[in-house]
Amino acid sequence: MHPVRKRRLIFVGLILGAVAMATGAVIYGLQKNMNYLFTPSQVLAGRAADYRSFRLGGMVENGSIVRDPHSLKVDFTVTDGDRTLPVEYTGILPDLFRANQAVITTGRMQGGTFVASEVLAKHSATYMPKELAEAMAKAHAKHHVVMPATAGGTP
Amino acid sequence: MNAHSSPTLWNRLVLWYHQMGSPPYFYAFAGRWRPWFIAATLITAVIGLYGGLLLAPADYQQGDAYRIIFIHVPCAWMSLFTYAFMAGCGLVGLVWRVKLAEILAMESAPIGAAFTFVTLVTGSLWGKPMWGAWWTWDARLTSELVLLFLYLGVIGLYHAFEDTRQGARAAAFLALIGVVNLPIVHYSVVWWNTLHQGTTVRLFGPSRITWSMLWPLLTMALSTHLYLGWSLLGRARVALLELEGGKDWARAIALKDAPHG
Repeated sequence: MHPVRKRRLIFVGLILGAVAMATGAVIYGLQKNMNYLFTPSQVLAGRAADYRSFRLGGMVENGSIVRDPHSLKVDFTVTDGDRTLPVEYTGILPDLFRANQAVITTGRMQGGTFVASEVLAKHSATYMPKELAEAMAKAHAKHHVVMPATAGGTP
Repeated sequence: MNAHSSPTLWNRLVLWYHQMGSPPYFYAFAGRWRPWFIAATLITAVIGLYGGLLLAPADYQQGDAYRIIFIHVPCAWMSLFTYAFMAGCGLVGLVWRVKLAEILAMESAPIGAAFTFVTLVTGSLWGKPMWGAWWTWDARLTSELVLLFLYLGVIGLYHAFEDTRQGARAAAFLALIGVVNLPIVHYSVVWWNTLHQGTTVRLFGPSRITWSMLWPLLTMALSTHLYLGWSLLGRARVALLELEGGKDWARAIALKDAPHG
């Protein structure tokens, strides 16, 4: 290779290497702060204690949804498989909000309850037709398997 | 490497590379291939959209609303692919000072920015009904927005210089530095807890999508690649004529197309 081109290539390579390393270091340094949400286990372990307002993520526990008949108030429990946290929310819920669905809620702790000001539904990365999902659910129920499509969305 | 074992193929590749670097040769080559690219783009787009919007079944959770993936996901892939292509051409332009590589890098930037913009808009339209928010500052959405700003930065820097080739080299350098954002966009859903869902279609390992939904998605991905080819060849032709305006070959083309010679 021509020495001038070789020098240019080395120069560009060195700069790129330095930028990549700097970015890697920044990402590594921010790792703790860059998490979008806390799970119930993390909250109960006090990891979110420094924040007045934070995001709580997990699955809506089956059978925990209680809707107030006179208002838009909804109570439900969010679980990460290990620990659970009761959540209280007043407002309109997204289409995908249902039991066994991953949700991300923004709000603050009041006593032992997480009072949410926003509830977002996280959908799974699985796409399939309704008939297939029903057939799979039937087959799984027969063999006592938790359905991966809904269980896999845990953040 | 394979190229050393068969020198004839290697020689032909080198010859092709050098021919492509010649502006008049590339101008004619691009003119010949453009109609094929647009024809293939339209055919694959019609097949892909028909398969995705009419043949594919509704999703078990999202119903018909998921069908926006047939636009959103191919555009998102293209936003990354176009950037990688732009940076690759930028590297060749920076190190070997190939005029055509600089032009291809600079002319792919607006196309990539358009793909990124469509990705962000369709994602937002999808996010509101499904997640409950138009926008959220999670790692995937934020890094894709940074990608749009990188494209805009490359375009802006290129046009900030009086001398086109000087501007192209400066912008190519910015494009190369921005490459670090590509793995961040791709792996953001793995490295951090995000609202955006994880990877559905995988090159290695099983994809988490039914075949009747997957094939229209892949057809649309092919279509967007062909569109990039069509659009880029056209833009590069115009840019070449502008850059080489005083040369004989460009003058010959201009005189041929002029009304009275």
